Parts: sequence; C-alpha cells; structure tokens
Amino acid sequence: MKIWNWIHKLASPPHFYRMAEFLVPWFMWPAVLLILIGAYGGLVLAPPDYMQGQGFRMIYFHVPSAYLSMLVYVVMAVAAAIGLIWRIKLAHAVAASSASIGASFTVLALVTGMVGGKPMWGAYWVWDARLTSELVLLFLYLGYITLRAAFDEISKADRASGVLAVVGVVNIPIIHFSVVWWNTLHQGPTITKLDNPSITGDMLWPLLAMILGYTLFFVAVLAIRVSGEVLTRESRSRWVGEILRAPGQIGVK
Amino acid sequence: MTPTRRRRMFIVGAIVLGVGVAVTLGLRGMQESMLYFLSPTEVLAGAATDGRDFRLGGMVRKGSVERRAGDMEMSFDVTDYENTITVRYTGVTPALFGEGQGVIAIGTMEDNNIFRAKEVLAKHDENYMPVEVADMLAQQGKAEDEAPASTAN
Repeated sequence: MKIWNWIHKLASPPHFYRMAEFLVPWFMWPAVLLILIGAYGGLVLAPPDYMQGQGFRMIYFHVPSAYLSMLVYVVMAVAAAIGLIWRIKLAHAVAASSASIGASFTVLALVTGMVGGKPMWGAYWVWDARLTSELVLLFLYLGYITLRAAFDEISKADRASGVLAVVGVVNIPIIHFSVVWWNTLHQGPTITKLDNPSITGDMLWPLLAMILGYTLFFVAVLAIRVSGEVLTRESRSRWVGEILRAPGQIGVK
Repeated sequence: MTPTRRRRMFIVGAIVLGVGVAVTLGLRGMQESMLYFLSPTEVLAGAATDGRDFRLGGMVRKGSVERRAGDMEMSFDVTDYENTITVRYTGVTPALFGEGQGVIAIGTMEDNNIFRAKEVLAKHDENYMPVEVADMLAQQGKAEDEAPASTAN
C-alpha cells in the first residue's frame, strides 16, 4: 500500500513542519494578491446594485467570511474524525488549530452582516433561522476552544473536543439550507445553487476572487498555526530540539 | 483497516447520524416557530389568533402605499399573490422599502382585519445586477416576476 506509506510520511510531525515552512508563502502571497484584486474589483470596478445601490458592496467581505466560517468547521470536524478514528496526532493538531480561525471568520460574517443589515433591512439583528444558526456556529467554536482549555492532558482534550467538533457538523447543512427550508429575513442563495448565479458577471468575479483569496489565506494561516501546535506537542522530541538549536533561530548564539 | 479502527469509525458515524436524526426531528417538531414570518394566507387561515405580536411577511402590493400628509402615518397592502392584508404603520421605513418589494411587518391584527405594525423591515431578494440590466429587464416586460423597476439611488 504505497499511498498509506505516503500518507504516514506526510502526517509525521517533522515532515509536516518542513513542508509547511516551504508551502506557506505559496499560499499567502496569492491570497493577499487575490484579496487586493477582489477588493478593488468589488469596491471600485463593480457597478452599484439596481436595488441596494452602493451598500451591496458589503457582500464582498460578508460572503467569503460566511463561506469560510462553514468551510473551516468542516475541515475541523473531518480532521477531528480522522484523529479519533486513526489516532493521528497531526489530525488533532489541525482540528485544534482550525477553531480560532473559524471563530474569527464567524465573527467577521456576523459583524459585516449586522453592518449591512441595518441600512438594508432596518435592523442589526433578527432571530431568523439563518442568523441564529450562524450564531450557534460561533458558540460551537467557542465551546470547542473552551472544552480544550479545560483539560491538562492534550490527548484527553483531543478526544473530548473531537467528539464535540464531529457532533457540531450537523449545524453546517442547517446554516446553508436555513434560507430554503424556512422563511427568513435573510435572502436565499445567490451563487451556491444548482441554477445559474443570480448575479451578473461584472459583480460576480470580484466575489469569486475574494472567496478564493480568503480560502488560500485560511490554508496559509492554518499551516502556520499547525506548525506552532506541532512544536508545542512535540517539544520534548529530538527533531524539535534540532530545529530550535539550528542557526538563525531566535535566542540561538 | 483494523477492527479497532473500524469500530471507532462506526462510533463516530453513529454519533453524527444519531445527532443528525435528533436535530432533524427536533426542528421538524418546531417547524412553525422556525418560520420567521407568516404569509397573509397563513394569517387569514388562523395561524395567529392569540392576539400576540407576530411577523407578517410578503410583497408590498404595487400602487398600495399611501402616506398621509403631515405625519408619519402610512398604509400599504402585503400580499403573497393569493391573499392580501392591509397594514397600517406610523414611523420611518427602511431604505429598501418600496412597492413590489419584500417586506416584514411586526405587530398584531386589529378587529377589522387590518394589521397594525410597530416595526417594518425590508426583505431584499438574492438577485444582484447593475441598474442598466434591471432597466433592460423591466423594458422586456419581465419586471413583474424577476426584476422590479429600478429604485437605485
């Protein structure tokens, strides 16, 4: 089974650490570039909306944040499940590192939504199914982070929080389909549906650039955070000692 | 895959499935309270007869908005294209409020089948397009169902 050998090699902490160090710039720079292009396209080039005028431009930050808040959770839940089933430490490290990134994107989605909600709908917040389920997502992230912090032993924290992450994945389809299953103040899906997107091309491309840029940014930040997590977890192992003693490290003479 | 791993995979799968079924049943059980608003048809069928505040949602019927000169008293019809309820409201409407647009009004039914709103929210749809495209669609006569007439500012 060649593929299993390859996966095991990839999942070994020292190998991952070196690979992440190499890959981070390859994700971070395209991410920055795409976000700059997307922001310029969305804030300057795209025409005002026929109904919402200039105010619609909030979607260029709101939609990618909301999309990432759910994508990060799926990554976290899948990593936690892999960690629970195969007992791969790197998978638990990925799950643990995803939580605060996902929570940040959720806060961004909620705040941009509230800023746009006041002028468009007439209210910062309403308790409809979409907004409520997204708030539940934030609480799932915060609960996951808090649960981890409650354990001294990292392997126990991995297992307990892993179960929570896996259970919470049920909320993801609820968020996505909330606007279809129930009547809500939030409008229905614009691009994530089987039909053609309900947005013209000159308004759509900056949005897609932002979504891709946010996704690459997440991958880069995740790689950085997992590297740190792996160093902490393996702090007593020899390869970490070698890295820390290598020339050029902070505090090394 | 070793038996232990298969067992763990089964447990993880069972947890997700179990919670999924429980949440589905729970949400189906409270289907009515999950609805953010009621349509005029649901209201006239007796969905909100206990006198408490509820949210009425639908489209503002074209040509129905009347504003009284001098104060902020206004009235408009909310329709779901089957039934219509007249709403009376005193106050400021959101920027996106307009004829042919989605609206959600919070308040109660009065005895004369008129809805007295305390708050009015605007609901916009999922369509985004430049003003020119909206005008073009309107000229092609699709305005009624796809693109309400341009109100961009």
